[in-house]
Amino acid sequence: MALRLPSKVLEHILSFIDSNEDRNSVSLVCKSWFETERKTRKRVFVGNCYAVSPAAVARRFPEMRSLTLKGKPHFADYNLVPDGWGGYACPWVDALAAKSPSLEEIRLKRMVVTDECLEKIAASFKDFKVLVLTSCEGFSTDGIAAIASTCRNLRVLELRECIVEDLGGDWLSYFPKTSTSLVSLDFSCLDSEVKISDLERLVSRSPNLKSLKLNPAVTLDGLVSILSRAPQLTELGTGSFAAELKPEAFSKLSKAFSNCKQLQSLSGLWDVLPEYLPALYSVCPGLISLNLSYATVRMPDLVELLRRCSKLQKLWVMDLIEDKGLEAVATYCKELRELRVFPSEPDLDATNIPVTEQGLVYVSKGCRKLESVLYFCVQFTNAALITIARKRPNLKCFRLCVIEPFAPDYKTNEPLDKGFKAIAEGCKDLRRLSVSGLLSDKAFKYIGKHAKKVRMLSIAFAGDSDLMLHHLLSGCESLKKLEIRDCPFGDTALLENAAKLETMRSLWMSSCFVSFGACKLLSQKMPRLNVEVIDEHPPKTRPESSPVERIYIYRTVAGPRMDTPEFVWTLHKNPEIGVSRLAIK
Amino acid sequence: MSYRLLSVDKEEVDISPGLKERNYLGLSDCSSVDSSTIHNRVPDVEKSNLIFKATELRLGLPESQSPERETDFGLLSPRTPDEKLLFPLLPSKDTASATIGHKNVVSGNKRGFADTWDEFSSVKGSVRPGGINMMLSPKVKDVPKSLQEERSHAKGGSNNAPAAKAQVVGWPPIRSYRKNTMASSTSKNTDEVDGKPGLGALFVKVSMDGAPYLRKVDLRTYTSYQQLSSALEKMFSCFTLGQCGLHGAQGRERMSEIKLKDLLHGSEFVLTYEDKDGDWMLVGDVPWEIFTETCQKLKIMKGSDSIGLAPGAVEKSKNKDRV
Repeated sequence: MALRLPSKVLEHILSFIDSNEDRNSVSLVCKSWFETERKTRKRVFVGNCYAVSPAAVARRFPEMRSLTLKGKPHFADYNLVPDGWGGYACPWVDALAAKSPSLEEIRLKRMVVTDECLEKIAASFKDFKVLVLTSCEGFSTDGIAAIASTCRNLRVLELRECIVEDLGGDWLSYFPKTSTSLVSLDFSCLDSEVKISDLERLVSRSPNLKSLKLNPAVTLDGLVSILSRAPQLTELGTGSFAAELKPEAFSKLSKAFSNCKQLQSLSGLWDVLPEYLPALYSVCPGLISLNLSYATVRMPDLVELLRRCSKLQKLWVMDLIEDKGLEAVATYCKELRELRVFPSEPDLDATNIPVTEQGLVYVSKGCRKLESVLYFCVQFTNAALITIARKRPNLKCFRLCVIEPFAPDYKTNEPLDKGFKAIAEGCKDLRRLSVSGLLSDKAFKYIGKHAKKVRMLSIAFAGDSDLMLHHLLSGCESLKKLEIRDCPFGDTALLENAAKLETMRSLWMSSCFVSFGACKLLSQKMPRLNVEVIDEHPPKTRPESSPVERIYIYRTVAGPRMDTPEFVWTLHKNPEIGVSRLAIK
Repeated sequence: MSYRLLSVDKEEVDISPGLKERNYLGLSDCSSVDSSTIHNRVPDVEKSNLIFKATELRLGLPESQSPERETDFGLLSPRTPDEKLLFPLLPSKDTASATIGHKNVVSGNKRGFADTWDEFSSVKGSVRPGGINMMLSPKVKDVPKSLQEERSHAKGGSNNAPAAKAQVVGWPPIRSYRKNTMASSTSKNTDEVDGKPGLGALFVKVSMDGAPYLRKVDLRTYTSYQQLSSALEKMFSCFTLGQCGLHGAQGRERMSEIKLKDLLHGSEFVLTYEDKDGDWMLVGDVPWEIFTETCQKLKIMKGSDSIGLAPGAVEKSKNKDRV
């Protein structure tokens, strides 16, 4: 007879387990473990807000203190999801306000948040501490003001790359007039000016403030004044650096930075003039994270800065760094874990992107700890990919964007199959992969065969046929998110691997050859999947064979969603159109 | 273990032979894009046309032909130029018809993304609002006219640098936040940084009465009021169709019959802008170029609110906006 672990003991053990994946496994062991686990889980992560109902989550986790929610599919970042698709935070906030009043932290990504929603958050959760909104939209600075004024214990307020209706800078004055418990404030995505005096006062009465990210409207003078009041900052996002270069301004700036002895992370730097960069030299040796991705600074100035950053672990930079600059990074930044190189001219016509595959090869060779890469360039070679794979088998995230679609290996004119084969085979811990360039079905055969730990895969303009999708769906065991655009396959592979879709969070396909008939069939046969056909210009009649613009499939236990806009077709909305004979006029 | 859904009755995808299949645009003698559904065959459908050759996306170097295709699908008839432009982006189903078992029918028939670009480079400068969308075929009514209009604009030599660049929605994959931010700082720094000439983007905020949040548009991507108006219509249609989520089904029912276009062209909403002096004016009075130079902000106002603006201009702008 099996011994049962007393629940108190189990609870104690579980208090050491933070990872939600582990907790999910724990909850599958048996009913009593499920019960104990659910009563002790404090941090809940829901990767797709439509996969489960808010009421169900609140019911299952009565001790929930922190909720992270994601809404729109990732390709919404690139304007592939029409406005009005969904991802509304309101239903969640409403349900939680009623059932989880002790909630302290809400983190939302790619969701639509309204001012009413923010006001509700402020009013409903007495001990609210953390609000992080990433790539969200739908609210104005009034909503922010509500949070600032009502949440007396607010520690973290971060607006990361949100689209906010900016009604002015008054919101800043709504923070409590007595000392605040603010640890982190990020308003870098807001446009309008805040009163510097308000900001100065806020900073002065926030002794715990460690992270502050200003918006571009904050001037250099403002920055100097803030820094002098908050020398304890560990993370700083500057405002705009574009100002007339006056000698006193420079020396003041320099002094202000040199007083920030704990600064580890630096970002912002919009419009930074190279003449101001030396003001940063004093903080470089301590920097762990540096985001220069908005700094249009040339290679020599970048190198001067970067060669002082020996502890740097995360570097985001524009391609103005050139191969030579990356060679310097490989030499001086031996602790580098993450590199992102963004294009300064993000156009298809751009042929003069100053980084090539060689830059990434340098960094792969020189930075032994490199594990995450996002790299934009015009073209690539198999040889480079093979070298990168050989040198950096510890890569966890490899996102290569060869900007020219279908670009082959420019030295041999072959597809990049061999190169990505090397990546898939060599980097055994790869969890995220984005491929580009000319790729045949073979590449995906290799990826399916070897990339056993890849959870998220992004593909564009690739492959020859259904085989590609088939290889991926039948091969990649850990696949959770697959997003595909402009690839020539559709129905067959999709239907043949339908069961796989229930093991994944979601599948996105746009501009592929998926027919309407297949979508309907899939919806009918797989009730635990939501199949959404997203067509901004749907035909008046839909023959079975007509291709759909976009299809978004995700597993769900919440059933069909009720808030779809007109341009989203689901079987639920159209039950009378079964997969049967259609008289086509 | 895999759930085989391939065993589907052919009947389920039956197309009665007596009926002539029309594509969804209502044009006869055009079959809709060929079916490659479950059994990758719709034998009775006239595979004539235009659509296939014209709409296939083929892989290959620019200007390369793929003669093999024509022999494979001998029913294809030569395309007419207009059709080619009408449906340049619908993918040909034929290429998708390779099943697991088959030898790759598509070898050598890789999609001609580059070929498609040839078509568009011939209409360079005719960037549709928001960029040429690789995915969508143009709206039904607008198709022939707007493409022609855009072509004549192109020939008219609109010289704005960004308008001449081909664009694909969402490619390269850079967040729109980054694009917008870069664009606004590029326009400030153009001279200093690269010494490159060229007009950066010109982003202005667009707000609409009753909409929960505002948007930004880049005026440099348009060359006429017509283009701007259609772009705004697209952008804000979700509000008037009650799709902002909170209205839910009720909103949909209420508003589903009304299109923003009608609203704009009717008396419900008017497009206005704030000029350099801070005055609110009706859009459409001044020549386009002057408008782009003086416009600071755009606002879609309710008709009743715009009464204070010059009444004569209301008529004029209404007429201008009509197609």
